[in-house]
Amino acid sequence: MNRPEVRIEKRLKQRRWLMVAVPLGSLVVAHVAIAVLLAATGHPPLETFRQLFDAAYVADGALSNTLIAATPLAFTGLAAAVAFRMRLFNIGGEGQLYFGAIGAAGIALLLAGQSTPVLIVAMVVAGAALGAAWGAIPGVLRAFLHTNEIITSLMLNYVAVIVLNYLIFDTLSYWRDDSPTGQVFPQGKALAEAAAWPLYELGSVSIPFGFLLAAAVAAGIWVLYTRTRFGFEAQVIGDSPRAARYAGMRTRRKIVAIMCLSGAIAGIGGASQMGDFRHLLDARGLQQANYGYTGIVVAALARYNPFAVVLVAFLLGGLENAGYTLQSAEFPSGLVGVMKGMILFTMLGGELLVQYRITFARAGRRGHAAPAAAS
Amino acid sequence: MRNEGAAAVAMHGITKRFPGVVANDGVDFEASVGEVHALLGENGAGKSTLSNILTGLYRADEGELELYGQPVEFHSPRDALDAGVGMVHQHFRLVEPFTVAENVVLGDHRDIGRSFLIHPRLIEQRVVELGEQYGLAVDPRARIWQLSVGEQQRVEILKALYREARVLILDEPTAVLTPQEADALFVTLRAMAAEGRTVIFISHKLHDVTAVADRVTVLRGGRSVATVSTADATQQSLAALMVGHEVEAARRLAGDRVIGEVVLSLEGLTAAGDRGVTALKDVSLVVRAGEVLGIAGVAGNGQRELAEAVTGMRPLAAGTVRVDGRELRAGDPRQAIRAGVAHVPEDRLRTGVAPSLSIASNMVLKSYRGGATSRGPFLRLRRIRDLAVELIRRYDVKAPGPAAPARQLSGGNLQKVVLAREFSGKPKVFVAAAPTRGLDVGAIETVHAYLRQAAADGVAILVISEDLDEVLTLADRVAVMYEGAIVGEADARTATVEQVGLLMAGVRSEL
Repeated sequence: MNRPEVRIEKRLKQRRWLMVAVPLGSLVVAHVAIAVLLAATGHPPLETFRQLFDAAYVADGALSNTLIAATPLAFTGLAAAVAFRMRLFNIGGEGQLYFGAIGAAGIALLLAGQSTPVLIVAMVVAGAALGAAWGAIPGVLRAFLHTNEIITSLMLNYVAVIVLNYLIFDTLSYWRDDSPTGQVFPQGKALAEAAAWPLYELGSVSIPFGFLLAAAVAAGIWVLYTRTRFGFEAQVIGDSPRAARYAGMRTRRKIVAIMCLSGAIAGIGGASQMGDFRHLLDARGLQQANYGYTGIVVAALARYNPFAVVLVAFLLGGLENAGYTLQSAEFPSGLVGVMKGMILFTMLGGELLVQYRITFARAGRRGHAAPAAAS
Repeated sequence: MRNEGAAAVAMHGITKRFPGVVANDGVDFEASVGEVHALLGENGAGKSTLSNILTGLYRADEGELELYGQPVEFHSPRDALDAGVGMVHQHFRLVEPFTVAENVVLGDHRDIGRSFLIHPRLIEQRVVELGEQYGLAVDPRARIWQLSVGEQQRVEILKALYREARVLILDEPTAVLTPQEADALFVTLRAMAAEGRTVIFISHKLHDVTAVADRVTVLRGGRSVATVSTADATQQSLAALMVGHEVEAARRLAGDRVIGEVVLSLEGLTAAGDRGVTALKDVSLVVRAGEVLGIAGVAGNGQRELAEAVTGMRPLAAGTVRVDGRELRAGDPRQAIRAGVAHVPEDRLRTGVAPSLSIASNMVLKSYRGGATSRGPFLRLRRIRDLAVELIRRYDVKAPGPAAPARQLSGGNLQKVVLAREFSGKPKVFVAAAPTRGLDVGAIETVHAYLRQAAADGVAILVISEDLDEVLTLADRVAVMYEGAIVGEADARTATVEQVGLLMAGVRSEL
């Protein structure tokens, strides 16, 4: 008998260089696969890659557009990372972002006439508060009734969609444009000029205020998790809830607090949508963007490291942005979607190589072949 | 078919490497037809790895395996079973909601086992026959979760017999038995050997080995160091082979301790177990300053629940826990910690530490709230590291450094981390559950020394252990738990293994 044998073994130590090499290798694999696909559909691969890169990071205004696409992903990515680090799987970033947007738009309409700094603070606070409140629901359910937060937070996303649609399409609510056009074509009421968040020009690149805010939130999370008692407790609870209870930690409160924090960050993402980009409660646009779900992918690729979240959001933002630019009659949007999918697929698949080693051995022979393909 | 004269099992030059460790290093092992052969060694000596190779769970990197003189190669546990090698694991591989008969036929792919429909009657009948033949009586229709641990072990053995195992391997089978149950098991094993089967008995308990085995192969550090006949061996000589140097027989230290006031008093503790069934029934005990109270009992008779009730980890249905006369709020570990109750939990890897976090983090797992290690909401990381370095040095923890994750530590070093942390909290009451389980002889001595030192310093100590020898060597008094209740108490200096063993089996007596 000579059965070839493939074994997958968990790595005892995760090697640092692999954490860099594997994602890069995954990108190469993805590009090779995409090149085959492009060639098969009659697009010159290298030329397409050049265009893609150009559209994402080089062309006039490309970086500015990439930052616009990256900002909401940074927020939802951070929201997911904060909770996932504690093994609280908050899938509700989407709904929490909607509620943040509702809160920020509402307060901006209410305080119309105030100065920009006042409005920014009010919008951030209101967005965070409503996002946190929406995140608190699955948190409380999990902490006190042991319900699975994955399911409850996901289901609440659908509720949030209904609330959002109700406010804009089904009622003459405070958020809805009450002008004659708005009566016929439902849309959100435009916010005051003063409620627009500033853009900072750096050379030819415009950096949205929200992006800087996301970077600041990332730094805050890093400090929270590495330097504070709160973060210490969160880490222990995430690693072993039994050990946390054994050490006398108040695990229930912490679960609720982390879910609120996660919801608040997603909520600020919603506020940034209102202040930075959309300037009205754009129910359809927010729903089409899927920021909350993409944020989960961002967090996973960044291994829940807050600074890496911002970086990954920037890279994925570039891809998103280039996708829009490339899209044309010859280059269907489906192809762009397939390209994005392949990149994400290989990146997430590459995780296997970081956490596990794969050995090939032939039965009936002594010893292993090379210890691992990758090392 | 049987090749008389040839060894039933012969393993030559077996080497098995795992990342960073050589678990078996050129091991030679032979067991004859019709013998009980013990495999003796400390934890980590390579016993489990060797038996896993023999049962097809692992494959040796090097070396040959022969059964009855025929070279064989197992690709999976099924190959091994088909060749007649059965194993009773230390942690049973039974499906709890299934009946005994269903478990017995599970995975069988011969004859009726392979058919789409199962035939409960036939299997039940065979189970009863086998049970009568070997003294392994168990109701074939009972569901596994309804059985005691000892009965579950019988099911495991019946499973192997049903599959016609000619070679039966038992991994630490006496760990879950009372001394009397262990004796009954030995009779069964001898009977099986007498009819030509081969029993491989894995243990680190010397008196079990000398009681049941014909020959012993001693493993140390992944190598086979000797195979001796038990007739020519003493417990001392075996211990020396196992550890690698002469060891003194365990003995009590002359107690010149001052036993003081009552520190811990438990009154009528009643609590539900994890399944909601009452696991702790009206337990009342006192422990005085400087006194060691040992709790003996077969695993799963409420010991874990008792430790958790005292330390606030488990809510109480009734009863009170008092430390220095002050009542603790039930189910509040933080208050118990504040009152000076230290706890070495049974499951040290998941409860005693946060395994992915650093050693330093784990050293301050309970004290991070205090002023020495935090200021306002912030941690004083440098102080935490210094403290960890100091504790690592003082408790001689073999670790790469304070930043290494706790799960990289060996069992003994992990336990030192837990002990270092628990003693650094200056406890009044020290609850140690299975404090030496899975540790090697050297580490056991260290842990015992720390516990004795703490008692000498006036700490009230509650030691809960399934190892009766440990309880009798460490404790001043011993209380025995059976089905969640205390069934007897005795002076540990005068109690005998037989007396305590009867109590462990639930036979009440006036002690």
